[in-house]
Amino acid sequence: MDLSYTETQEMLRDTLARFLADNYDFETRKKMLERPEGRDPGIWKALSSELGLTCAPFAEELGGMGGGAIENMIMMEELGKVIAIEPWLQTVVVGGGALKAAGGALAEATIPAIIAGDAVIAFAYAEPQGRYNLADIGTTAKKDGAGYVLNGHKAVVYAAPWATHLLVTARTGGSRREREGVEMFLIEANSPGISRRDYPTVDGFRASEVYFENVAVPGEALLSGGIDLVERVVDEATMAVCAEATGIARTMLAQTVEYTRQRKQFGQPIGKFQSLQHRMADMLVEGEQIASMTLMGTLKLDAPAAARKAAISMAKAKVARSIKFVGQSAIQTHGGIGITMELGIGHYFKRSTMIEGQFGSADYHLERYEALTLPA
Amino acid sequence: MDIEFSPEDLAFQQEVRTFIAENYPQELRGKQDEGDELSKEDFLSWHKVLHKKGWVAPAWPVEYGGTGWTVTQRYIWSEETARADCIRLMPFGLTMVGPVIYTFGTPEQKAKFLPRILSGEDWWCQGYSEPGAGSDLASLRTKAERDGDHYVVNGQKTWTTMAQHADWGFFLVRTNPEAKIQEGISFLLIDMKTPGIEVRPIITLGGEHEVNEVFLDNVRVPAENRVYEENKGWTCAKFLLAHERVGIAGVAASKRGIERIKQIAQTEMDGDKSLLANPFFRRKVAELEMDLTALEYTELRTLAGEAAGKGPGPESSVLKIKGSEIQQRLTELTLEMAGHYGAPYFRGFGEGDNEHPIGPAWSNRAAPTYYNTRKTTIYGGSNEIQRNVIAKMVLGL
Repeated sequence: MDLSYTETQEMLRDTLARFLADNYDFETRKKMLERPEGRDPGIWKALSSELGLTCAPFAEELGGMGGGAIENMIMMEELGKVIAIEPWLQTVVVGGGALKAAGGALAEATIPAIIAGDAVIAFAYAEPQGRYNLADIGTTAKKDGAGYVLNGHKAVVYAAPWATHLLVTARTGGSRREREGVEMFLIEANSPGISRRDYPTVDGFRASEVYFENVAVPGEALLSGGIDLVERVVDEATMAVCAEATGIARTMLAQTVEYTRQRKQFGQPIGKFQSLQHRMADMLVEGEQIASMTLMGTLKLDAPAAARKAAISMAKAKVARSIKFVGQSAIQTHGGIGITMELGIGHYFKRSTMIEGQFGSADYHLERYEALTLPA
Repeated sequence: MDIEFSPEDLAFQQEVRTFIAENYPQELRGKQDEGDELSKEDFLSWHKVLHKKGWVAPAWPVEYGGTGWTVTQRYIWSEETARADCIRLMPFGLTMVGPVIYTFGTPEQKAKFLPRILSGEDWWCQGYSEPGAGSDLASLRTKAERDGDHYVVNGQKTWTTMAQHADWGFFLVRTNPEAKIQEGISFLLIDMKTPGIEVRPIITLGGEHEVNEVFLDNVRVPAENRVYEENKGWTCAKFLLAHERVGIAGVAASKRGIERIKQIAQTEMDGDKSLLANPFFRRKVAELEMDLTALEYTELRTLAGEAAGKGPGPESSVLKIKGSEIQQRLTELTLEMAGHYGAPYFRGFGEGDNEHPIGPAWSNRAAPTYYNTRKTTIYGGSNEIQRNVIAKMVLGL
C-alpha cells in the first residue's frame, strides 16, 4: 500500500496546472464558448502535440508514458479546476481506455493519433430510452459480409461535433436490455449515413443527437470485449468525472472563501459570520470526501469486475451527493451574484450538477452497490 | 501508488491474526460487541498482553517504545484488532499524555512516566473540562499557585473519564490569571492519590459510570511535574487535541460495527424477508458503508501525509466530524434493528431470574449504547468547535 505520487506524476500535474493557469482563465474560457465551434482547437493541440500530456496514460511502445488511471485522475482534477471544456474524458479516458483494453491493430493505429492530438473521440453509448442501463440498447449492428451495418439513435453524445471518431455501442444480437450481444465499434465520424443534431450543453460543452442510417462499418472497427468492456470503460470514465469533481469542489470552496472575505454586510466581511463559516467548513469536509472516494475508486479500477463495480458505484454515489452539497452551498453563500452568468462560481455549479448524473446518479449507483454486495 | 498489500504486509497481517487468536484473553471475547461495560481489569488484561509483545503503542517513536511500523502496518493492526473485536485500550496514557511527554517532557519525566504508561502500571485520566469551561476550554479556572517547589492547585474538573480508576491525571491549570486566557495555562501531571483530590461519579443516560467530577482542594503538586514551560500549557493542549482527533475517527471499529449489523439484519425477519432485504433499511446500510469508506480513505490520506512528514494538523477535524457522526449512525441502526426489544432495561443475569433472557443478546444494550454514543459529537471538542477550527485554521476565516 502506497498513496504517494511519483515525481513524474507531480511533474505532469504541475505542467498541466501551469498551462491552464496561463491559458484558461474564466474570461478566456467564455470567449471559447462563444466561438462558432464552441471551443479553441489550439488548446487541444497544445495539450497534445506541444506539451505531450495526452500521452500520459498510454503504453511506451505506442509513444505513451506508461501511465494509467492515476494519471487520468491527476489530469481530470486539474481540468476540473478550470472547468475545461476539452474532450479529454471522451478522447483520452474513454476512447483511449477502450482501445488500450481491446488492443489489436485498431489500438496501434489510433492511440498514436490520440497522443498527437489528431484523433478526437466521442462516446456514443446512451440512448433516449435507456437511462443508465448500459445494455438498454436499440442501436443494431447487423453482420454484412466482413463488416457491419449500423442503425439507431444515440443520445447526448458529448463532443460529437468535434470528433474525428465515434465510439459506438450497438447490438450484434440479443434483445433490448440483454447483456449478450452488446459490442463497441470505433468508426470514422464522417462515415456516410451518420447525421447529427448539434447543440450546446448547459455545462459549456457541445453535444449531439447522433443518428445512424445504414452506416457501413468494416469488421476491424469492432473492439472485442462485449458488455464487460463497455462496463469497464464506463467505470473508468466514472472515476474520471469524480476526479473532475475533486478539482471543481476545491475551486468552488476557494472561490467561496475568497468571496466571503471581500463581501461586506452589517459592517463586516460575511466570512466572519459563524453560520457561513460552518457551512464552508462542511464544504471542506465534503470536498475531502470527494477526493478520498476518487482515490479509492481509481485504485480499485484494476480489481476483479464485481469488486471494481461495487467500489466505483460507492465512489460515484458519494461524489454525486457531496458535490451537490458543495455546489449548492457555494451558490447560497454567494447570494444573488451566484445565480448570474457574471461570476465563475455559477459556471462551476453548472458543470458539477451535470457530473452528479453523468454515468449514473447516486440512486442508480447505490442500487448497483447493494445488488453486488448485500445479500437479499 | 497502489492499495494492495505487499507480500511482507500480508505476512505481517498473518502474524497479527495468529497473535490475536493465540493471545487475546478468552474472558474478553464478545464483550465489546455486546456493549458490556468493561472493568479496569478487562482493559488491563489486554494491555498487559500487548505490552509483553511490545505492541502496546504502535504510534510512538521506537526510542520510547513504539513499534516502528509503517503506515500500512499500523492500518493492518487497527483493522485486525477491530475485526477480532479486541478491546480498544483507553487513550489517556497511550495516545494523549504519552505523546505530550515524549514531545515536550524533560528527560526525567520521560524516564519516569513513559515506561509505566507502556506497562499499564499507571492508569491515566484527563483533567481538561470544567463546569464553566467545556467547548471554551481555554476559559478554565482551576488555578495553580506557586509555593516553593510546589504548585497548590484549587478548582474543579468534570467529564473526567475513568477517573475512578486513575493513578495519575494530566491537568490544565491556570498559572497566570493576568495573562490572555490561552497564555496563562500550564500542563501538570498530578498523582491522583494526593491529599485534597476527590472523585465523584456522574451516571450517564445508558446507566454507565464512565465519567466523573474531580474536586481539587489545596492539592500540592511538585513543580517538576509541570510539562513544558510555565504558562505554555496551551501548546501541549492543542498538540494533544490534534492527536486525539485522529484516533477518534474509529474507522476500523466502525467497519466491524457495520459487519455486525449486516450479519444480524440478515437473520432478523421483517415479514417474510430478512431486515436486510427491506429496501429502506438496506439503503441505510449501504449509505453508512459508503460514508465510512470515504472516511477510511480520508484517514489513509492523512496517514500518508503524516508518513511524508506532515503531522496531524487541523485537517484532523474532518476525521473527528465524520467519524463521530458515523459512530452515532451505527448505534441508531442497531437500535432500529432491535424493534420492541430496544425498550427493556436489562442489566444482565444475576438479579433474580437466571434462565430467561429478555430479547436477543445483541439488543440488550442497543438503547443504552445509542444514548451513550451521543457523546461522540460532543467530546474531544464538539463538532461545532471542529467547524470553528476548520474555518479558522484551514480556511483562514
